[in-house]
Amino acid sequence: MSWFLSWLSGAILYAAPILYPTLGEVVEQRTGMVNLGLEGLMLLGASVSFAVSYITKNPWLGILAAMATGLAANLVYAWLVVHRNASQLAAGLALMFFGIGMSALLGKPYVGQMAAYLPKYPLLGSQSLIFRYDLLVFLAFFLAPLVWFFLFRTRWGLKLRAVGESPAIAYAAGVSPGLVRYLAAAFAGICAAVGGAHLSIGITGTWSEGMTAGRGFIAIALVIFSRWNPLRAIVGALVFGGAVVLQLQLQAQGIGVSAFLMDMIPYVLTVLVLLVWGRGVRHVAPASLGRVYFGTE
Amino acid sequence: MPNFLRRWKWPALRLIVTVVVILGVFGLFLLLMGKDPIKAYRDTFTSNVLNPRGLSELVVRMAPLLLTALAVAIPFRVGLINVGAEGQFMLGALLGSWAALNVQGLPQPLHLLLLILAGMVGGALWGAIPGLLRALGWINETITTLLLNYLAPLIVGYFVFGPWRAPELAMYPQTPEFPPTARFPSIAGTRLHLGFFLGLFFLAIYAYLISRSRWGLEMRAVGGNPEAARRLGIPVERWILVAMMVGGALAGLAGIAEVAAIHGRLKMAISPGYGFMGFLINWLAFANPVGILIMSFLVAFIASSGFTLQITQRLPYAAVNVLMALILFTVLAKPLAKGVQR
Repeated sequence: MSWFLSWLSGAILYAAPILYPTLGEVVEQRTGMVNLGLEGLMLLGASVSFAVSYITKNPWLGILAAMATGLAANLVYAWLVVHRNASQLAAGLALMFFGIGMSALLGKPYVGQMAAYLPKYPLLGSQSLIFRYDLLVFLAFFLAPLVWFFLFRTRWGLKLRAVGESPAIAYAAGVSPGLVRYLAAAFAGICAAVGGAHLSIGITGTWSEGMTAGRGFIAIALVIFSRWNPLRAIVGALVFGGAVVLQLQLQAQGIGVSAFLMDMIPYVLTVLVLLVWGRGVRHVAPASLGRVYFGTE
Repeated sequence: MPNFLRRWKWPALRLIVTVVVILGVFGLFLLLMGKDPIKAYRDTFTSNVLNPRGLSELVVRMAPLLLTALAVAIPFRVGLINVGAEGQFMLGALLGSWAALNVQGLPQPLHLLLLILAGMVGGALWGAIPGLLRALGWINETITTLLLNYLAPLIVGYFVFGPWRAPELAMYPQTPEFPPTARFPSIAGTRLHLGFFLGLFFLAIYAYLISRSRWGLEMRAVGGNPEAARRLGIPVERWILVAMMVGGALAGLAGIAEVAAIHGRLKMAISPGYGFMGFLINWLAFANPVGILIMSFLVAFIASSGFTLQITQRLPYAAVNVLMALILFTVLAKPLAKGVQR
């Protein structure tokens, strides 16, 4: 039982850094944009927040710096897609390249250092050693229903989803598809960078090159699993977090299986999840997803 | 003005403007990093193009790039985005290394043929997973190829750190050295090896098949409009699977070529991102064979420049990724003629 509780506690912790980018991508894809650059945004967030937190000794300034970086980087992506009619896949992969390279450059002096952590608070009684989380974990699980409410219960959310279904019709109804896409990209950029930042200064307290290990791509898979619904995204993030923690626990117990094979668990699980739940989602997906909108003449 | 000049004036001008913009932006970036861009550009040019040894190393680097670019270009022709050349490269290196290490007593040509085939099978199998899932209409190939890129190095790591680890060099996780019959021959005095010529060979075959054969026509039909192709009786699903497997096979060949020619043993660090560079090359060349040749040279130059900058400017190699991203950003931001989609 105690094993199960510590697993659950860890699953919730590791769900947070994947839930942020997933929520951002849900919103972005709801406007019709696929962003493959999440991995780059997460890495940028992780390295920038670590560097700022290390220099200023204030983790919250690190989070703020990560948010600003993610926002700026993803607005470049949005500019390419909205104003230059660039392919979303290529623009996203360019962002991925940029994030991988830039984060490695920025983080180079900080490899092997420790930065100021985010403070942790107990979820249950103050004596408990497990279920202690920083504020970003609480915020992640609070943000998901908020995004759901925004998307499905407000007028603005309706406009946003209309852009994703048909930019031309949304335009005819008085919504500017370009503006909506910029705003969604801004939100997604901030979310992805916070996810990365949480990984470096919320969980590990260190920076290493490529430390997000494909979480940006797993988040995109979770968006498909969640069927573009923020509440289902919570389930996906918990499943992924659970897999990561299970793998860490098995390694800590020293069972005689190669660490390389254990590290495969989250990726194999993601492909299996896509295989089981990702089929036939085309009718649920936003209709204009991935298409270039050339404007209405 | 002669006719050909009139025809090429604007494309050439656009290309020059693009190059100037990229050099300018990266120069600004170098300045921000506290480096001297003029000196950096001069160093990379003199040591990689003007110096014969540097130039030959540049051509050596083209070998894997030609093949990984083809690995992206062939699926691209049937409308698929293969971002998994990196993983297919690793799996090709793995299976090829198995053939190199476990088969003995064959004459060199046969042994080489065997390990080339094994490498191609490894890449093809890794490409078949996303290809099959896409052909069945289950999962989009972009996301699966990206995820499989993270699995492939773990599989290689399992063998290199585990069952295949060389006992005599316990400190370094790597396999024993390949027997001499499993090493790619190279031109005397350089590292220019068989892999480069295989790359040119497959590029020529690709150029011929895609524009002059029934297969190429069918592939382009599938890429252009799958529904129309299906109505014409073209087996769309089969082409999707075949294109991914052939692409994977070529990336796998690049992997085993790199191991058998350059490293001589399998280890973790065999690719500085050749698969992703192949994607970049194909995007710049738009799957055009001549374009692939030119852009492979260009990207090989950039990758080599990365090593020069690492030495002369003490920049981490990752700066190359930044430069590649800037190139892709600049190309994507270029204004296009109306109605053309990139």
